[in-house]
Amino acid sequence: MKVTVCIGSSCHIKGSRRVVEQLQSLIAQYDLGDKVELGGTFCMGQCQKGVCVTVDETFYSVSPEDVGEFFETNIKAKV
Amino acid sequence: MNKLRKFDTKVQYLKYKVLREVARQAWNDTLLENVMDIPKIIVPGKTPTMRCCVYKERAILAERVKIAMGGNSDRQNVIEVIDIACDECPAAGYEVTDSCRGCLAHRCEDVCKRGAIYFDHNHVAHIDKSKCVECGQCAKVCPYSAIANRKRPCQNACKIKAISINDDKAAQIDDSKCVSCGACVYQCPFGAISDKSFILNVIDLLKKCERGKNYKLYAVVAPSISSQFTYAKLGQVITGLKELGFHTVVEAALGADMVAQAESKELAETGFLTSSCCPAFVEYINKSFPQLKPNVSHNLSPMATIAKYIKDTTPNSKIVFIGPCTAKKMEAQLDTVKPYVDSVLTFEELQALFDSRDIDLTTLEEGVLDNASYFGRIFARCGGLADAVAEGLKEQGLDDFELNAVSCDGIEECKKALTMKSKNLLKANFIEGMACVGGCIGGAGCLTHGAKDKMQVDKYGQEAMEKTILDAISILK
Repeated sequence: MKVTVCIGSSCHIKGSRRVVEQLQSLIAQYDLGDKVELGGTFCMGQCQKGVCVTVDETFYSVSPEDVGEFFETNIKAKV
Repeated sequence: MNKLRKFDTKVQYLKYKVLREVARQAWNDTLLENVMDIPKIIVPGKTPTMRCCVYKERAILAERVKIAMGGNSDRQNVIEVIDIACDECPAAGYEVTDSCRGCLAHRCEDVCKRGAIYFDHNHVAHIDKSKCVECGQCAKVCPYSAIANRKRPCQNACKIKAISINDDKAAQIDDSKCVSCGACVYQCPFGAISDKSFILNVIDLLKKCERGKNYKLYAVVAPSISSQFTYAKLGQVITGLKELGFHTVVEAALGADMVAQAESKELAETGFLTSSCCPAFVEYINKSFPQLKPNVSHNLSPMATIAKYIKDTTPNSKIVFIGPCTAKKMEAQLDTVKPYVDSVLTFEELQALFDSRDIDLTTLEEGVLDNASYFGRIFARCGGLADAVAEGLKEQGLDDFELNAVSCDGIEECKKALTMKSKNLLKANFIEGMACVGGCIGGAGCLTHGAKDKMQVDKYGQEAMEKTILDAISILK
């Protein structure tokens, strides 16, 4: 599974660093390092929906506050 | 609107008009059929405004058009002399002018160690050129400022002596010495030396990407942008870049954060380094101090580092670097950098590109630019890199290593530090080399050079959301 977080300016201001850091720690916590590839990219072209995250090809809008819930439903449940 | 306020000199304005016209024709796909008419578009009518006659003006403009279209491909150097534009300035060196009052003090005579000053029957000073070594001491001590240096501005600008005068009395560049810093380009009052432009490549990249349909075109901008386009807001420049067709804008300063992290580690391991960010400084070492090559930091420059990161993480992406620097145009052609950076523009050229599309920045909404930390952003001014390396050592717990940095402000200071190092007389263990005085904010491709530029870079640095290098790069896996 490939999870990509937008680290462009707009998403960065909306907290993409906090999203990345939480995902990193959750992936480590559940030992999903070999199954989930976490990466960054600059701008997905949907700045108003930031923080932009894609799981494989599916797009999600994630805020730093609900990373836990996003991880549960869209990453942990699907790997 | 007064376009002149965007530039320091009328030479820059002229260069800009040529670039803008070439760009306009290129956007309209009419460049080939109209290329011969561009000089006449810029200088219409029969009255000369710059030279002896309109025909010479147009002949020189035709040369400027060639340079705007990429210049002479036989020469690798991006800095070119336009022979017919060179005014063959007098190059007599120090001369006593008619301001000499024939005083009694004769400070000029006392200070001259070579005994080159003599006096005529009116006590007026003269310089014996067979003895004079052009040290300039006599000019410094004369209370009437009566001794002038008739050195050519290009030769005066080139502190590494890469410019000489050819048999036709025109300036000529020694490519085995030139580091493409562009100092002569900015200083020649006749605009006879210019940097080749890749503006046509950039227009081609913009057209072919079809607003991201075929590939994503990224603009990587240098942090010195904070001292440029001051008639508009930085956010408006970002929006303007997207209107041109760039997918998004990324700060080269984030590459600088990555470099600061890696460079401080490398420094602690090796014990001595010279920086590798300034391509003119690195080229200077390669050409004039080859024995110090092993000491150059092995990191790619911030430009190449961030471009590599983008290409590694985003398939089907292309990158244009936009900055103040003519030497970056050379760096982008290196085998180690070529795969990552597709083209390079200066701020001067970007202004022409905006205006070729009639994009008025002041009317645009403000976009955002925030990728890097304070430390990555202050790379744009002299001393910033050394500050960032000190921070990098601290953040990585490498405090045991005692940093003793020398920040060289301009190529003359670089020369001094490198000469001392090559003779084992340098106490410092890190040389931050900046070929332009002031750092990148003094670059030849800047629209304007002002006293407040350094302050603006520091202010821009403080506005960064991330305050530490580790915070800024923690998002990069």
